[in-house]
Amino acid sequence: MFSHFRTIWLTFLHMFRKRATIEYPEEKVPLHPRWRGRIVLTQDPDGGERCVACYLCAAACPVDCIALQATEDENGRRYPDFFRINFSRCIYCGFCEEACPTYAIQLIPDFEMAEYNRQNLVFEKEDLSIKSQGKYPGYNFYKVAGMDAGVKQKGHGENEEAPVDIHSLLP
Amino acid sequence: MTVMQHVWIVLGVLFVLLNIAAGLIWLERRMLALWQDRLGPNRAGPFGLFIVLADTLKLFFKEDWIPPFADKKIFVIAPAIVVASVLMTFVIIPFAPHIVVADLNVGILFFLAMSSLGVYSIVLGGWASNNKYSLLGALRGASQMISYEVFMGLSLMGVVMLTGSFNLGDIVAAQHKVWYVFTQPLGFVIFLIAGIAETHRLPFDIPEAESELVAGFHAEYSGMKFGMFFIGEYLGVTMISAMTVVLFFGGWSGPFLPPLLWFTIKTFAFIMLFILLRASLPRPRYDQLMEYGWKVLLPLVLINLMATGAIALWLRGSH
Repeated sequence: MFSHFRTIWLTFLHMFRKRATIEYPEEKVPLHPRWRGRIVLTQDPDGGERCVACYLCAAACPVDCIALQATEDENGRRYPDFFRINFSRCIYCGFCEEACPTYAIQLIPDFEMAEYNRQNLVFEKEDLSIKSQGKYPGYNFYKVAGMDAGVKQKGHGENEEAPVDIHSLLP
Repeated sequence: MTVMQHVWIVLGVLFVLLNIAAGLIWLERRMLALWQDRLGPNRAGPFGLFIVLADTLKLFFKEDWIPPFADKKIFVIAPAIVVASVLMTFVIIPFAPHIVVADLNVGILFFLAMSSLGVYSIVLGGWASNNKYSLLGALRGASQMISYEVFMGLSLMGVVMLTGSFNLGDIVAAQHKVWYVFTQPLGFVIFLIAGIAETHRLPFDIPEAESELVAGFHAEYSGMKFGMFFIGEYLGVTMISAMTVVLFFGGWSGPFLPPLLWFTIKTFAFIMLFILLRASLPRPRYDQLMEYGWKVLLPLVLINLMATGAIALWLRGSH
């Protein structure tokens, strides 16, 4: 019987506690830097697009919401002809970001992308591309590895040795 | 008093009560939120008060569905009974001097009779729904309310004995020196417990028991028929609070402030207590409730009755 009164009293004291509610539109929830939200396509430091249209993100996507078509420019550098993400299907799992070899596709802490029209949730390349390097500033895939696509000559990349001269006997 | 004055009192009481019953939706949600570290509805209008309008509109526009397997006539009548019986109870409550709809000399008996009639709505609603959960809820409701009716009636007899009248106006007048809560503390506690059980509010919401019986006797109800049960419950809370105030807390009497304001303050204090009980106490098992009633409350109330009678006789003899 005493415990009942104690319960009632303790519940009453909760009146003076701090509220747990966050009044969302006025009061924003703090999102962490690694929070998985809207997907973006980032640029390398030179302003070129990082995406090499390797299809790994589309293959990794468990809900098949990524569609793209690869093409090449005159230097042989690959890029996506179109890049389309259907955010009404996306589950924000981040597998595409993990699969990406060039850090092009990234998930950023933004979730406020509600739409009245479902079709407006299909984002094209120009909607996805941002003028930023995202989480990996200073990284340029073509300067580190890969073929000569007009960015660097063979053997001129960062941490890259000159190709071995197979006609020489010296090591 | 003229006829028009009576009509105005009736209309005024009806208007205020129905608004209070609707407003309690908002009050209860806000207070529950307050005691659960939340905020509650605070968006629509000032302090979220327009949630009441939104809720009412929603109830009106919901599909008013009568299940094809239900007993249609009784299904429709049942929710009306609860509201009507509770509203009839307010007829005898003296809100302030001369503000009472009917100054009956059998006031308390009328109150007990009307609150017993409220059982019909639960039983008929549960029966007419033709659903096993509803029927179980109705069975529970019937047995709970009938057994708690006994203690409720007996717990009030102490007050009646001390006053020597069933008239609520007389009872309020007899408390102008000492409130009956001090002379009848046991009677007050038992009346409050029985009142909670009578309105089947938490922790005694066993006829509804959403965790085991879906929604109990009103599981099949929707739209405004459900709304009637809802309003009936809140009216019941207001009624039990008002009765407690009249019988044990001196009704309208109080210093400085006008009588009607005192009555409102006291009544709302008890409504808050009802909400606080809902926020804090878990629901007992059905057999525990019955056992508690018959094995604890009934002996207690009989002892209270005998002791009050003996003391009343002794006081009368010493004069």
